[in-house]
Amino acid sequence: MMKKCRGATRLMSDALERPLTGAEKMALRTHLLMCGSCRNFSRQVLELRNFARHFSHQPDVADDAAGKPDADS
Amino acid sequence: MSGQGEAVRATDSDLLDEQFLAQLRRQMVQFARMQLQDESLAEDAVQEALIGALQNAGSFARRAAVKTWVFAILKNKIVDIIRQRARMAEGVSLPGEDDDPGERLFDQSGHWNKEDRPNRWAEPDTAVKNEHFWRVFEVCLDGLPVKQARLFMMREFLELESDEICGSLEVSTSNLHVMLFRARLRLRECLDKRWFQEGER
Repeated sequence: MMKKCRGATRLMSDALERPLTGAEKMALRTHLLMCGSCRNFSRQVLELRNFARHFSHQPDVADDAAGKPDADS
Repeated sequence: MSGQGEAVRATDSDLLDEQFLAQLRRQMVQFARMQLQDESLAEDAVQEALIGALQNAGSFARRAAVKTWVFAILKNKIVDIIRQRARMAEGVSLPGEDDDPGERLFDQSGHWNKEDRPNRWAEPDTAVKNEHFWRVFEVCLDGLPVKQARLFMMREFLELESDEICGSLEVSTSNLHVMLFRARLRLRECLDKRWFQEGER
């Protein structure tokens, strides 16, 4: 059974929440082989997680603006 | 902000100036409000986190380090409150609408609409080091339905497991997964449009 993009993206999101079943994994893998857009999505959904985890590590532009000696060196 | 504040400022004057603190406080309150949906609880949590952090402020060389530190304290406080709610079975209902971006992004047969197909993102690792990227991130997070933004950050920033989230809020596991999916679709779309397709900065 071929998964469409909508179903495939749902599985990629779910994979971050629960283990996929064998059938789901198979369907997803097959779809990704043929769909570049969803391959991009599969990387980006992980990037979103990475961004959120960096939420409190965001740099402050004032660090540079203030020209603190320890900012660059 | 009296005696203690003065002492800190005396040792490291521009590290903790009023403007920086005000902005930091605004970001913290905004986040705490979103997560707790309770004005006074949010204010209290932020206040405690700031006081706790500023006692050690002298040891931070950069503002970014202060921010990381106070957010870490705030994060722990919020997680404690959420866990406490779960223990006391004080399921808090999730207000707000919850629309499905999938209706918009995919065509009838379930394929990406041509203009919504994800393109490759250039240098996502560089983005996190860019202050403007975080402005865009905040705007995009704000653009989500409150429910979705809250659950997404609970899961991805507070790093709570599904069970804990479902225990503290009136939401089923399958509903949670649907909402996380919608949040991801929409946040991805927004960052794509407002940052990654905008070209070099």
